[in-house]
Amino acid sequence: MTSVDAFIAANRFGLGPRLGGLSGIAHDPRGWLLRQLGTADGTAPHLAGLPSAKSVLAEFIKVRRDPVARMKFNKEKGNPLYIREAMQRTAGAIETDTPFRERLVRFWSNHFTVSIMKGPVRKFAGAYEREAIRPHVTGRFEDLLLAVVRHPAMLMYLDNVVSIGPNSKLGRRRNRGLNENLSREILELYTLGVDGGYKQADIIALARMLTGWTVAGRRQSDPGAFVFLAPRHEPGPKTFLDRRFSEDGENEAEEALRMLARHPATARFIATKLARHFITDDPPDTAVRALERRYLDTGGDLREVFRALVMLEEPWRDPLAKVKTGEELVISAMRLVGPPKKKKQILSALRLLGQMPFGAPSPAGWPDVAAAWIGPESLIRRIELMELLAKRSASSADPRGLADQALAAVARQSTIAAIGRAESRREALALLLASPEFQRR
Amino acid sequence: MTTRRQFIHGAAGLGTSLLTGGMPVSWAALPGEARFLLVILRGGLDGLAAFPPYGDPDFAAARGGLALPAPGRPGGAIRLDGRHGMHPSLAPLSEFYEREEMLVLPAVAGPQRTRSHFDAQEVLENGLSHANKGMEGWLNRALGHLQSGPDRLGLAIGYDVPLVLWGGVPVASWAPARLPPSDATLLDKVERLYARDALFAKALKEGRTAKKMAGKVMDGSMKKGRGNLRSPGRFAALAAAAGRFLAEPAGTRIAVLEMGGWDTHANQGVSEGRLARNLAPLADGLVQCRSQLGPAWNHTVIAVVTEFGRTVRMNGTRGTDHGTAGAAFLLGGAVAGGRVAGGWPGLSPEKLYKGRDLAPVIDMRAVFAGILHEHLGVSRGKLRQSVFPAADSPVNPSEGFIRT
Repeated sequence: MTSVDAFIAANRFGLGPRLGGLSGIAHDPRGWLLRQLGTADGTAPHLAGLPSAKSVLAEFIKVRRDPVARMKFNKEKGNPLYIREAMQRTAGAIETDTPFRERLVRFWSNHFTVSIMKGPVRKFAGAYEREAIRPHVTGRFEDLLLAVVRHPAMLMYLDNVVSIGPNSKLGRRRNRGLNENLSREILELYTLGVDGGYKQADIIALARMLTGWTVAGRRQSDPGAFVFLAPRHEPGPKTFLDRRFSEDGENEAEEALRMLARHPATARFIATKLARHFITDDPPDTAVRALERRYLDTGGDLREVFRALVMLEEPWRDPLAKVKTGEELVISAMRLVGPPKKKKQILSALRLLGQMPFGAPSPAGWPDVAAAWIGPESLIRRIELMELLAKRSASSADPRGLADQALAAVARQSTIAAIGRAESRREALALLLASPEFQRR
Repeated sequence: MTTRRQFIHGAAGLGTSLLTGGMPVSWAALPGEARFLLVILRGGLDGLAAFPPYGDPDFAAARGGLALPAPGRPGGAIRLDGRHGMHPSLAPLSEFYEREEMLVLPAVAGPQRTRSHFDAQEVLENGLSHANKGMEGWLNRALGHLQSGPDRLGLAIGYDVPLVLWGGVPVASWAPARLPPSDATLLDKVERLYARDALFAKALKEGRTAKKMAGKVMDGSMKKGRGNLRSPGRFAALAAAAGRFLAEPAGTRIAVLEMGGWDTHANQGVSEGRLARNLAPLADGLVQCRSQLGPAWNHTVIAVVTEFGRTVRMNGTRGTDHGTAGAAFLLGGAVAGGRVAGGWPGLSPEKLYKGRDLAPVIDMRAVFAGILHEHLGVSRGKLRQSVFPAADSPVNPSEGFIRT
């Protein structure tokens, strides 16, 4: 059954086989995955030359109070930059030789969603992933969480930049106050989970501790970078999750975040999400508990948690248990038949399936269950798009050979027969890409 | 709770029995003329901004800088019943109110007290007493009790089917197309590939049925679209499309439409600003939907709902945070409207839920159940046993919201 294992390694853990198929994986699928946890990020070279969030923001800060200049900036710099980021990121995923690692980047990027649905995020959503997510993907959850919450994109997306301690120096002078958005989503979506045992008072306490965590403006020394501004920070002690935090400026929220990262409810929450992503929509409790234990035993060392995940039995059972999201489908199809000649068509494919990069509908990110992706309209769109990619494919590979390489031992007899009987090369390729074996992972 | 597995199996069974052939089984199965459109506003509409209770003596003080001025003042509310008004950006809806075709429910909430968007939206859609990550929505269960043929499926307007329509009964979805359609031969072949995959087989059959339906109903003007269909700028066109679908004499009777952008944590504005810029396309879309409906409007109920209301007080950033009770409203020729209904808990400090939110006086599920019962004829027994089955929190359908 090695070839089934290779299929699972390439599709469930990776982003789909590239032309050439599973041959490089087949002799040791688990080893191929484990090696990616220890090597350099194979996508990074594709992202070279993109600017830092800080440099984009520093420039934006200069024009933001002038509506005309701001609009000009967004049109001439911000928007083209988003398109470049989205394109290079997707092209990188199509080309990468560390697809498991890339899937993990996307998993965490989705867990810690910042979305261009909030307009100003557009110009640095890509930088956020490169700066806050990518470097920590195989590190400790604690460091990932801190990098995310400190990143200007997150501080702006969830409104912390406008949250001011009501009793702080600035709060008293300007009669401004708290915004609890970031605090609530940290607890509900990033760490404990909605049933993780926190109360409204904890949301407010964490929001108070987070006051002052913001982005440096024109008057600060390093515009566009993270900065802690003490005059906005809510003074006094705070009680958070039954623990008293004495007044300690920036360190309060840092300590609270570290505490959340080590919390058992966080371990359970992360383990469940990982198991859902890598096993099945409704994952078995045994697998969740194994991942949870590994998380707690290693202090949230993600590399160790992923190793445990690869070595579990459950992900290797049903090769078609998960459905590909729209983006996964586009990337895997282009990995197999090659990207379209016109680069723009990569993004229009994602747009058609309603899953633009960094475009999640809410802070909860894209859903990770089949029913959210396979509806009447969305499935027809998926098929129409696969037909279009088949038509545009420059590859001259024999569809039967491709099916062999891509679907391996998982292919149903009826699928292979339908591809063999197709009227044209194009129809055969469309059938391959539309088949359940290709649409699932 | 329906597990994923049951969901797939249920879907497979119904898929073959209801959808064979893709043609109406018989005209005897015609449902009545009654139509229902559910509009879900995602993110938490600020009900106190949409329908400000300017006549409540505590309103101005509790709302502070976000209180909309009373009627007659610059940027002031539109007068409804003397206590409640309507945001000026909703002005196109006042003709419905005057014709007694609009009913405002200012203090509604789901049965679970949660300030999480995601749990609150789930409860709004699953029809249970709490969020349970289940795979079934109340409107899908209700469809099972309505007489329907394959051309009159419940219809989701958008790329995805929202949870409220998930479940064993086949549904359709429609979004403006941008690609040349696949030819029937290819789809026939793909359909055969899906024979052993229940999820894909069901969705493809439903999708093909929906395409046929849309082909009959839509003209070229409706077929363009790109990007995010939930964004406010897209609402009017989609609402018009919903009206067109529902107007078809032999067409769909139940449709769902979504609109995002209501999570106004910062700088939400008062008579102008961020929230006003969302309310305007909402009103515009509903007016367009009405004109597409034509005479079918007389048999229509549109329910506009959201997952929760927002905090009574302005937060520190000139916005509002997640609250509890919020506003919902019903529109349509079949609505016994021209009034603000359901009760008003008041805004004095001791009346607020947990000292910060508007307290709920009516359960969202009761509103839905009332529509299903009085408008669509689903029996009380079926409502209680299957559509809203929470034993720990039984539902009493609201009465009198529908013209009889």
